[in-house]
Amino acid sequence: MTFDVARVRKDFPILERTVRGGQPLVYLDSANTSQKPRQVIDAMSAFYEKHNANIHRASHQLGEEATEAYEGARIKVGEFLGARDETEIVFTKNISEAINLVAYSMSNASSLGPSRFALGPGDEIVITEMEHHSNIVPWQLLSQRTGARLRWFGLTPDGRLDLSQADDLINERTKLVAVTHQSNVLGTINPVSEIAARAHAAGALVLVDAAQSVPHGLMNVASLGADLVGFTGHKMCGPTGIGALWARHELLEELPPFLGGGEMIETVWMDHSTYAPPPHKFEAGTMPIAQAVGLGAAVDYLTEADLTAAWAHEQQLLGHALGALSEIDGLRILGPTEAAGRGSAVSFTVEGVHPHDVSQVLDDRGVAVRAGHHCAWPLHRALGVQSSTRASFYLYNTLDEVDALADGIRAAQKFFGVA
Amino acid sequence: MQLESMYQEIILDHYRHPHHRGLREPFDAQVHHVNPTCGDEITLRVAVKAVPQTDLGGEPTIADVSYDALGCSISQASASVLTDLVIGKPVSEAMEISAAFLQLMHSRDSGPDDDEVLGDAVVFAGVAKYPARIKCALLGWMAWKDATARALGTLNGEQK
Repeated sequence: MTFDVARVRKDFPILERTVRGGQPLVYLDSANTSQKPRQVIDAMSAFYEKHNANIHRASHQLGEEATEAYEGARIKVGEFLGARDETEIVFTKNISEAINLVAYSMSNASSLGPSRFALGPGDEIVITEMEHHSNIVPWQLLSQRTGARLRWFGLTPDGRLDLSQADDLINERTKLVAVTHQSNVLGTINPVSEIAARAHAAGALVLVDAAQSVPHGLMNVASLGADLVGFTGHKMCGPTGIGALWARHELLEELPPFLGGGEMIETVWMDHSTYAPPPHKFEAGTMPIAQAVGLGAAVDYLTEADLTAAWAHEQQLLGHALGALSEIDGLRILGPTEAAGRGSAVSFTVEGVHPHDVSQVLDDRGVAVRAGHHCAWPLHRALGVQSSTRASFYLYNTLDEVDALADGIRAAQKFFGVA
Repeated sequence: MQLESMYQEIILDHYRHPHHRGLREPFDAQVHHVNPTCGDEITLRVAVKAVPQTDLGGEPTIADVSYDALGCSISQASASVLTDLVIGKPVSEAMEISAAFLQLMHSRDSGPDDDEVLGDAVVFAGVAKYPARIKCALLGWMAWKDATARALGTLNGEQK
């Protein structure tokens, strides 16, 4: 089946606008945040225009409708991820909050129990050098609070995890392994199931940062083998302000709460409280309701767009990009240079032109990319580069846009006199 | 094409052939500043001269500014222009230039208030139109301000 990208593009109003003096927008920054289809924008407008009310606590018709829309989104997200049921989906504001939720719940467990999630001196948390800051800093903080030791997988020269260290890193002291499913810089897709099997054999929990993989339909939590999976809505055609944590129901039952407040309780006394069953135990206060509805619409949109066909289309864009970029003198692609086993974010450096200058020249031509360390500073350090330029593709991008990228990079080289 | 409005020829010249680059002795203060959004960094040293000179009314002067930096053309060129403008100047005058540069960076389209003070630095007016790049242009200046304050502190015996 061929993927009709022209039809898909019509769903995204922003792709019709021009930038920087009337040039068409070439949006290659979807790994940063994706654009939103009309269907998502309309669903959110419709919620505010027709159904807006607070959820779970308003005893009127609008309250019922709003609750149904919010909980309906949870069901959609659960099905999209292959969860056993929707009670395994906790809404958060983004993936950073989802990861922090786990880190702070484990922190609370360290003083209040249960011991299964408690950490202390002698325990170890294992991460990787490939992680986004949001899957590094919460674990640094947790190890500082509990005295647990933070350890990490290094990288191979071609930008994959160095699994030869696995036997040493994952051992009986390991309490948690946190790893990204797909690197936001390198595009590398990590063998999470293999890592999870080792971690489980050692009795450790496994958390997966799936911010870059869920948008491309690469997630089935039932087959992945992880215990906790976080992702964010805005990278998958949904709005900002909504993300989620998936975890097996029995884990959510046992994990102590993170944020305390309204709606996460069962009973409240002046000196203690009991908590609602999951997922509501982790959703304190009024949640981003319209955003959850928008995320539900995004899930509907992606499902209807056919993510299998979209993935094939994105792999074609990626293959074309890897080919076109590797023909440019002085350009170094960070990470795997073959499309296989790799997602569609491509980071690179251009000899003699700083990434910010590359992106400025691209922006001048209407091509939107990201420059910097992409919230993965340790990864850049490990690769021996200070920063990079990243182009990332999604279902609405075209081969012509990949060519516009390559042309723009050559223009940057010319402008700065290095080619 | 708006590129030339940002990347003025003077900026590109300074980028390709930076002035006063490299860390030198002696110095009174050294700082390390980072732009957390892109990872650009600068190590910058300032030497101040306290020797009273009649024509300067005994005011300390900026004897030297030396630096080692990793960054984009804008941040590199800006540091280079900075050294040209402040070395040999009385501290108060150098601070005025620094304040004028900061004002220029936050002027958007209105341009500099005072061309005279800024000298070559007026070419950075185009950068002010790109909010994402203002921090690049300010990296060296913020480091210089910090280092100078510390150097003066040392001079006045407040530190060390």
